[in-house]
Amino acid sequence: MKARVFITLKSGVLDPQGKAIHHALEGLGFSGVNDVRAGKLIELDLADGTADSEIEDMCRKLLANTVIENFRIERLENA
Amino acid sequence: MKSAVIVFPGSNCDRDLAVALELITGRKPAMVWHKETELPEGTEFIGVPGGFSYGDYLRSGAMAARSPVMRAVKDAADRGVPVIGICNGFQVLTEAGMLPGALMRNAGLSFICRPVPLRVENSQSLFTAQYDAGEEISFPVAHHDGNYQADETTLDRLEGEGRVAFRYLDQCNGSARSIAGILNDSGNVLGLMPHPERVVEPAHGGMDGRRLFEGLLETVA
Repeated sequence: MKARVFITLKSGVLDPQGKAIHHALEGLGFSGVNDVRAGKLIELDLADGTADSEIEDMCRKLLANTVIENFRIERLENA
Repeated sequence: MKSAVIVFPGSNCDRDLAVALELITGRKPAMVWHKETELPEGTEFIGVPGGFSYGDYLRSGAMAARSPVMRAVKDAADRGVPVIGICNGFQVLTEAGMLPGALMRNAGLSFICRPVPLRVENSQSLFTAQYDAGEEISFPVAHHDGNYQADETTLDRLEGEGRVAFRYLDQCNGSARSIAGILNDSGNVLGLMPHPERVVEPAHGGMDGRRLFEGLLETVA
């Protein structure tokens, strides 16, 4: 089975990278963008039956820095 | 003083730190590879050097913080052995949970590499006893991810407990409250982005970093 982990900066945490992307979009003439936040997507290929709690543990112990980041897990059951 | 410098794949200030330590303590530090599970017997001081451990993969310091040697470093710190994390070393110590907060991309997005003026905020620590409180000094910085962030409660606690060791005089990377270096709650772990080991002899163009190591030597040895 596969799972995707989406890692995003917590709201309120300044995202200089998102800001730069925002400016670049405006520079290209896209005027309707209110805000940009950049994050990470990590794809995991896991042994069948891996428990949600174990994936959460992976996120807490390594994949996300919970001081500044949130994570969301999406399981792809048929992948 | 029997010191150890931790070496990760991608560390590049390990030699600078070793040269500074040998110059000031008169003794070559042990260079300890990240795969080791123990530090040399009787280690009295540990340096986690700057660089780009693991190519900054995932987050700066994230992989290094989970390497085998860090367990030994944590155990030693818990026993009271002084530990300094410089630049990437500071990132490693926050990722390892040995210091609060996190170091994020510089607010201006640029890599900054230049001497910066700092203020010594706490002159009572193991590391800063040879400076005067409020003294202005200069250490070089060389980093891309030096923007120190923590929640307001943590920042208030750090300030209230005198755990902000150094502060930037001019905001250079977006750090909350211009924090350049912090201490852990026992005061034996210091993390800072600027490089004291790069200003220890006249040829470096400054000597302000020397007293940090001299102060340690005096307390430890």
